[in-house]
Amino acid sequence: MRLQFSRKMLGIPYAVFLLFFVIVPMLVILFYAFTDKELHFTFGNFIRFFSDPSKLSTIAYSLVIALITTVICLAIAYPVAYILARSNMKRKFVLLLLFVTPMWINFVLRVNAIRELLSWTGLLGEANYFNTIFGMVYDFLPFMILPIYTTLLKIDHSLYEASADLGAGWSKTFTRITLPLSLPGIMSGITMVFLPSMTNYVVSDMLGNSKVTIIGKFIYEYFGSNWHMGSMVALILLIVVFLTTWLTGGFREDETVRGANI
Amino acid sequence: MAEHIIELQNVTKYYDDTLVLENVNLYVNKGEFITFLGPSGCGKTTTLRMIAGFDTPSAGKILLHGKDISSLPPNKRPVNTVFQRYALFPHLNVFENIAFGLKCKRVLNTYENDRGKRYTKKEKLSKQQIESKVKKALELVDLEGFEKRSISTLSGGQQQRVAIARAIVNEPEILLLDEPLGALDLKMRKEMQIELKEIHRRLGITFIYVTHDQEEALTMSDTIVVMADGVVQQIGTPLGIYNEPANTFVADFIGESNIFNGTVIGERKVKFCGKTFDCVDDFEQNEPVDVVVRPEDVVMCAPEDGKLQGKVISVVFKGIHYEITAQIGKYEIVIQSTDKREIGDLIGMNIAPDEIHLMKPKYTTNAFDGTITKRNTVAFADGEFACDLTQLYPGSHIDEEEYLVTASGEKLDLTGTEVRVEVGLTDIAISDDENAGGTTGNIISIIYKGDHYRLIVRTDGEAEEDFVFATDDLWNENDRVSVIIPADKIKLALKKTEDKKA
Repeated sequence: MRLQFSRKMLGIPYAVFLLFFVIVPMLVILFYAFTDKELHFTFGNFIRFFSDPSKLSTIAYSLVIALITTVICLAIAYPVAYILARSNMKRKFVLLLLFVTPMWINFVLRVNAIRELLSWTGLLGEANYFNTIFGMVYDFLPFMILPIYTTLLKIDHSLYEASADLGAGWSKTFTRITLPLSLPGIMSGITMVFLPSMTNYVVSDMLGNSKVTIIGKFIYEYFGSNWHMGSMVALILLIVVFLTTWLTGGFREDETVRGANI
Repeated sequence: MAEHIIELQNVTKYYDDTLVLENVNLYVNKGEFITFLGPSGCGKTTTLRMIAGFDTPSAGKILLHGKDISSLPPNKRPVNTVFQRYALFPHLNVFENIAFGLKCKRVLNTYENDRGKRYTKKEKLSKQQIESKVKKALELVDLEGFEKRSISTLSGGQQQRVAIARAIVNEPEILLLDEPLGALDLKMRKEMQIELKEIHRRLGITFIYVTHDQEEALTMSDTIVVMADGVVQQIGTPLGIYNEPANTFVADFIGESNIFNGTVIGERKVKFCGKTFDCVDDFEQNEPVDVVVRPEDVVMCAPEDGKLQGKVISVVFKGIHYEITAQIGKYEIVIQSTDKREIGDLIGMNIAPDEIHLMKPKYTTNAFDGTITKRNTVAFADGEFACDLTQLYPGSHIDEEEYLVTASGEKLDLTGTEVRVEVGLTDIAISDDENAGGTTGNIISIIYKGDHYRLIVRTDGEAEEDFVFATDDLWNENDRVSVIIPADKIKLALKKTEDKKA
C-alpha cells in the first residue's frame, strides 16, 4: 500500500520540534518549580523567593537597570532613526550601517573591549551600575534603532505634507503624526532591548565587576546547585516578561500591523 | 477685472539639474475653477506643489494677493490640498482626520474687560465649534454619520470625500486638488466631477485643479492652463482652447483633431490636402503652417458638392456620433457625424473658413551645436554622425590623409571645430536597431498629420536634444530608437567667432 502524503504531514517536524524544545522544557520547569528535593509538590520555592528581601531587590534592580537601559536606548535611537529616515542623504545607508555593524561583531568580544576601555579609564570596579548600563546601552542600541528606522521609513511622505498643509508646524506633526505612526517600531525596539537587558548577566558580570546581580545571573547560579529554585525564578521571569509584553501591546497584532502598513 | 488671488511670475524650477518648469507666468482669478492640464511630466503637479508650499521655485515669484509667498512654509499659507492618493492619516478616524486642521488653528477673539476695554486673544477653537464644523463638512461631502469610522474601512470614493472634507473644513482661500479623481473608476469619477463642481459653486472659493484628463478639464474648469514639457502652452477658457488651440500640441491633446501641413498661398487662402481653402487667419504668403480642423467641423455632402472628395475607409460607432475616416488621395481625414456612411462610399466634404485653424509650426528645422571629431564626423545630440565636411569650405576636398584641402590648396585639421548643425524635418529616419544610427533616444511625442506622423525623439544622453521629423511609419510613444541621418542631409556651418565667445 502506498503511503498517502498529505499537506498536514509537512507540519510534523515542527510539531515534534515544538514538543521537545518548547512544551516539554516548559513542563519540566513547571515541575521543578513546584517540587522539593524529594520531588514532592510544594509552594516552598515560591514562598521562599518572595519572602527573601535580597531576591526581591534583585528583581527590582534588574527591572530598574533594564528600564534605564531602555529609556537611554530610546532617547539615543529615536533621533538617529528619525534623522536617517527623513534625510535625503545619498549615503544614509552607510551611516545606518555604521550604527548597526556592532551587531555583527561577536558579543563577548564587544563586552570585553568595553571592559578593557573601562579599566583603562579606571572606571572598572568604581561605578558598577553605570558601567553595566553603559555596556547594555552600547550592546542593545542597534536593536532599538533598526525597528524605529524601519517604521519611520514606511511612513508615506505625503502624510507629513498633509499635516503641514493643514497648518501643523514641526512639533505638532511630530507628536500627532510621526510619533503615533512609529509606535509599533518603538514597541518592538523596547521589547528587543528591555527583555535581554534584564537577563543578560554577561554584561553585568564583566562590566559590573561581578558586583551587579541581575535576575539572569540568579537563574544561572541556581541551576548549579538547586534546580528547583532556579526553575521558580525562571518561571517568575517568564511571567514578568509576559506581563511587560502584554502591557506594551506586543500581542495586539492588527494594531501594530496597521500602523506599520501604510 | 477680477482680483488675482495667485500670480506666478517667471517661475522656474530645477530638480537637481533637470529643468521641470521653465519661466511660467500665470495668474488665478479669485473664485475661479482653474485647471492645470497636461501629460505626465509636464510640470503641472510641480506648479501646484509650489503654490501649496511643498516646493520652492528655483527662480521667480509666487504672489498671493500681490505678496510674495515663495518661501512661506505650507502651514502658513491659506491654502489646503487634496492629495493624489488622499494622504489620510491612517491612525486617526474620519472625525479626527477632518478635525486635524481645525485643532491646529488659532483664532483671534475679541473680549471686553470690566473697564470696558477691548482686547483680543489668540485661542483654539472650542470642542463644539470643531464638532459643528466637521459635521458641516461631512454633510457637504455626503458622509453624515461616518465620524467614528476608521480610514481603512472606507472605500476609495469615501476616502476621497474625507480628503476633500479635511481640506475644505479649514475654509481655505484656495483649494488645491492634485489629480484627486485619478484612483476612482470611470462612473465614480463622473459623479465626483459633478459634485466637485457643486462644492465649488457652494463654497465660492478658488479651486486649482491638476489633471491629465482633457475631458475632465473641459467639463469642470472656468480656465484651463495647458502645459507640456515644463512650459505653459496656452491659457484660456475651455471653449477658447478647444476652438482656437494655440499650437498643434494643444490641438492634439485637447479633443480630436485633423492636423495637416499647409501653405498659405494668398490673402486668407491656405492650401492643404491638395486643395485651396478660404480661411480667416492672416499669415504671410508662402509661409508653411499647421492646419487644424476638428472632426465635427468637416461636413459631409454629395461627392460633387464637396471641395474635397474621398472614400470612406473606416466607420466606428461612438454612441452619439459616427467616427468616419475618409481617404483623400494620400491624406486621411477624420469626420464626426450623426449620419452613417458605409465603408467604400464616395463622399464630398466641406470645411467652413472659420473652422480652419492655422498656426505657426513650432518646428521648421532641427538645429544643434556640434563639434567636428578627428574621424571627420560631427558630434552632436549625444551622438556622432558621418557628414560631408567639404560644404564648410566651397571647392574643398578631403585628401588621402583625411585632411581637408581648401580650394586654395590649404590643408586644414578641423578636429574640435565648433559648427552649427541643421537637419531638415524630412531628412531623419529612425530604427529600432540601437546601433543603426548616430544617436539613440525615446519617442516623446507622436502627432498624426493626415498623411504622415510627426515624431519627436529625445536623446537619452546628457544633452537631451530633440529631433523633430516626419515619418510614414507608425511607432509608439516611449519606443527606444536610434536616429539615422544620411551624411549629405547634415548641413554644417562654421560658427562665427562672436558665437564662440558668447
